[in-house]
Amino acid sequence: MSLVQTIDWIALAPPTVVAVTAVAVLLTDLFLPEARKRHLGTIAAAGLALALLTLLPLHRGDRTSFCLADRPDVCSYSADTFAVVIQLIVLGGALIAALLTLPELTRQRGDDAAGALPRGEFWFLLLASASGAALLPAARDLATLVLAMEVTTLPAYALVALRRGDRLGPEAALKFFLTSVVATAVTLLGISFVYAGSGSLFLGGIADGLAAADPALDALIRAGVVLTLVGFAFKTAAVPFHFWVPDTYLGAPLPVAAYLSVVSKTAGLAGLVLVTSVAFAGLGSVWGPVLAVLAALTMTAGNVAALRTRPDRDRSTVRLLAWSSVAQAGYLLVPLAAAGYARDADARSAAIGATVAYAVMYAVVNLGTFAVAAHVAERAGRHRLTDHRGLHDRNPLTALALGFFLLCLAGLPPGIAGLFAKIAVIRSAVQEELAVLAVVAAVNVVIALVYYLRWAALLFRPAAPGPDAALPAAVSTVGGTAASADAAGPVGPAGSAGSVEPGEPGEPGEPEADTASAPAAAAAGRGPRPAAPVAVAIAVTALLALALSVAPQLMLGLTSAGTFF
Amino acid sequence: MLPLNDSVTAPLLAATVALPLLAAVVVLLLPRGPGSTRTAGRIGTAVTGAALAGTLLLAAAFDRDAAGAPQAVTDVAWVPALGIRLHLGVDGISLPLLVLTALLCFLCAVHVLRRPPAGEGGAGPRGLVALLLVLETGTLATFAALDLILFFLAFETVLIPMYFVISRWGGAERATAAWKFVLYTLLGSVVMLLGFLLVGLQAGTFDMVVLAEAHGDGLSRTTQILAVLAIGIGLAVKTPMWPLHSWLPDAHTAAPTVGSVLLAGVLLKLGTYGLVRIVLPVAPEGIRFFAPYLAAFAVTGIIYGSLACLALVRSGAGGDLKRLIAYSSVGHMGFVLLGIATLTPTGVNGALFANIAHGVITALLFLVAGAVKERTGTTDLDRLAAHGGGARLYGRTPRLGALLAFTAVASLGLPGLAGFWGELLAMLGAFNPAEGLNRPVFVVCLAIAGLGTLLTAAYLLQVVRRVCAGSPPTPGAGAGRPDVPTGAHGATPAAPGDADGTGADTGDAGGTATGTATATGTATATGTATATGTVDAAGAAAVRAQRTVTATATAAPPAEAARQPELPDLHRDESALFLPLAALTLLIGLWPALLLRLTDPAVQLLLEGVGR
Repeated sequence: MSLVQTIDWIALAPPTVVAVTAVAVLLTDLFLPEARKRHLGTIAAAGLALALLTLLPLHRGDRTSFCLADRPDVCSYSADTFAVVIQLIVLGGALIAALLTLPELTRQRGDDAAGALPRGEFWFLLLASASGAALLPAARDLATLVLAMEVTTLPAYALVALRRGDRLGPEAALKFFLTSVVATAVTLLGISFVYAGSGSLFLGGIADGLAAADPALDALIRAGVVLTLVGFAFKTAAVPFHFWVPDTYLGAPLPVAAYLSVVSKTAGLAGLVLVTSVAFAGLGSVWGPVLAVLAALTMTAGNVAALRTRPDRDRSTVRLLAWSSVAQAGYLLVPLAAAGYARDADARSAAIGATVAYAVMYAVVNLGTFAVAAHVAERAGRHRLTDHRGLHDRNPLTALALGFFLLCLAGLPPGIAGLFAKIAVIRSAVQEELAVLAVVAAVNVVIALVYYLRWAALLFRPAAPGPDAALPAAVSTVGGTAASADAAGPVGPAGSAGSVEPGEPGEPGEPEADTASAPAAAAAGRGPRPAAPVAVAIAVTALLALALSVAPQLMLGLTSAGTFF
Repeated sequence: MLPLNDSVTAPLLAATVALPLLAAVVVLLLPRGPGSTRTAGRIGTAVTGAALAGTLLLAAAFDRDAAGAPQAVTDVAWVPALGIRLHLGVDGISLPLLVLTALLCFLCAVHVLRRPPAGEGGAGPRGLVALLLVLETGTLATFAALDLILFFLAFETVLIPMYFVISRWGGAERATAAWKFVLYTLLGSVVMLLGFLLVGLQAGTFDMVVLAEAHGDGLSRTTQILAVLAIGIGLAVKTPMWPLHSWLPDAHTAAPTVGSVLLAGVLLKLGTYGLVRIVLPVAPEGIRFFAPYLAAFAVTGIIYGSLACLALVRSGAGGDLKRLIAYSSVGHMGFVLLGIATLTPTGVNGALFANIAHGVITALLFLVAGAVKERTGTTDLDRLAAHGGGARLYGRTPRLGALLAFTAVASLGLPGLAGFWGELLAMLGAFNPAEGLNRPVFVVCLAIAGLGTLLTAAYLLQVVRRVCAGSPPTPGAGAGRPDVPTGAHGATPAAPGDADGTGADTGDAGGTATGTATATGTATATGTATATGTVDAAGAAAVRAQRTVTATATAAPPAEAARQPELPDLHRDESALFLPLAALTLLIGLWPALLLRLTDPAVQLLLEGVGR
């Protein structure tokens, strides 16, 4: 018997490359003169891109590492299909978040000014967190899993608070830190209970151990299972463990919020999937109902809170995205809850596939939304939803992209990717006869549409100097035709009637005359194009979302039986 | 019949469905600049024209001897993981609806090209064209889809474009109306999705042809009842069935003319089509359970719609012509639902016939209402009927007036016109419903529906009288004055300025002799409480009016006609838009076999399961 483990470095490459780049960036930062620190961003982005490339040789999903010397099928690290898909999401998400940060950090003069982000530290923390997130889905024992989760989260606290001279940041980070630490502590307690019951830390070993556990330990195991879920539910921001989300997102720089909403959430979700469907596979009757209730609460609470966001308040964009990401976490949990009721491994794999497919769609579309929001915020600076007014007049393509992203999030055509992801989610609930959950999920689609569509409609409204200038603008277009009516009182009906009327009908010149006066604001000035990295981020996410819409099989193929575990 | 086989017609159908969507993308991405609006309009007209040609070609190539089975079938795997296929085809039920959709979309595109509505903040018609094209793809795909999930996708596709059409190009209250429309229908359709998933997962396929051939085998009775309830709610909201109709009047009132035309002519058909195409064959036991309830709701809708219209048409009720047509749609769709509820070939054929007839007639009604609004600046019935200031289409625009009268008469179901056969067959079906249904219930429904036809005739004739002929002078009132009290009864709160408002609106629309009616009104009304405040304001107008009119004109109608601004009668482009629909009304009214021969074989097949 050999005591030397063989380490499969190719399997380990994705998290390793990111971690090495993180250290490299930190060290380079020490030696680079101030003027050349902008290259740090390039190194970080290149590292993430390289890590994405290292996923290519893993696409077959059959590599493992850190296996027990005497039992080669029990491993701590497994680059199976699940791990590779989640790594694709988190590394891609981190890369997009890095791209969104690049313009600001390139422009930034020094690291010490108020409002500045210390560049070396920022990139190091981002990469460190991403390496944890990339490790997490491949971890196959609880120790590695918790370690990876903490590696993902700890740098995120610092990222939230990193901006110099910012009041909101530290407070948000503290809130995030305290709640997160409590959640982790509870999870560790749960793990210790589970260990007591099963005698193993390997996920596969736990499943076997729990099946053969002493019935006297039943209560302990059940408590352990539920407590273990808490920490992961916290990371996915499931209600009632979501209170850190709005404050943290609002306090964090926008790209960090994007990172948290996609990378951190996906990592937490991956942990939840691993724990429930692999380790506690036999205990679906315990965690299935728990997750079903969490899912219903999360969707509803997130959507209702998002609905109440006032569009003209400062940072309302981020607030809305924060709450909508809470709601989306609810959809992610629906198939997972259904997996708890699954009758066989194939049905469970299909349900998990629906969760992962939804996560793919959500990651692409949400990052795209954040990318456009970052572009708009660069111009307006206050992160208000109303800043998006007239975006279509300034940047038609950007506005169309954002409209598409929002409808994907809402799950309505033309956002077909979102529609199919939602169909897959609801299908899994119907399949396992979770009628109430299916109805709640369906009704939530309607609630969510209100705020997504409200935002999408803003894009195509003409830009207005003030929030209430819509009516005067409409009346002024009536212009000449209304001149004779202005002696008469009723401006409202007369005005709108006049504006519909095309004057002398049938003249070829008429339509031009109508529109020439129309988008006066548009003529006044087209908006600046998005900065190059942001433009790349928008283009990539838009193309991916389009591809997922035309060929939903790309993501829904994951729901085929036997893909996972 | 053209000798084309499936290898030609299948790509033709797919192209007809997809082409408008591609064109919509092109229109959206057109570089902005002078003339791009016009280009967009032309692209829209050309593409919808091409789609119309495509559907007509399909109709010409359609094998009438095999109208029951889908033809021109495309069947490609799309999302194998969920078993979703791109499965398209036409049969005798969907073919007429495809042609109707393409025709109405083409007419709407021409309408937008010739008289583009100004949107909110001066939004040009470019976006409107793109939205119309998306709408066309959505509706064509719904009628051609033979896969449940594809049907759902297409069904949902129309939501967002219609929301934007109403909220950006609509009239007063458009924001509320647009939200009401989109939320109601979405709520219905997500419930419908649950029903589809239930059926698909239980039966193991989403293929509508396979499901229809199974006639509910493999679905338990409970499943069928649940599925019909869920799917039915979604479709009933769209139809709309009383009491789920309340989004419709608001949406129609606020929508621009093309929006109303498509909403009434095409979108409402999605609901009834879904009932016939999916619910009847897929869950026969379920629909048999619900048929009496459906019939009861249907006749309630008929009566409710007619009563609402009668209330709106009353003098002084402040009713809106477009709102009235919307409520009349609730009544007409009630007949369609009644026909479906009988579960007999007669009734379902009648329902499908009434469906098409309603699409043609109501689209024409909305087009005419749009033309009236263009001329008079209002669709308020009181203003249109106001003595002196009213529309009086017979006198002022005889051809438009005649067309409105013709359409209204067609709508009330005059034999020989399209509106007659569908309602007759639906009621005939109710007289002798399918075996196993409670006949007395249906006979009672039949009697109530018969009463509904009377009420329908009552309000439509009232509309014709008030809008086309105008109100008679109120006895005892001064010459030229009765319009003032009528106007003051109206819903407009600005009582003192009301007489002015009416006059100014009319003057505006005519484009000539601005303010004449105003001046007359105020000049003769000195001393009355309503008018004193406006004398000064109208002074200038009065001076102008002196040139054309003697201020103390007598009340004789001919003299009044001379006093009012000229209203242009039907323009040539309007006639070109309206006459095809009028001709179609006449054609299928006189030759109902044209449609019934198409639908009947398909209906017989679909109902096989119900008859068992």
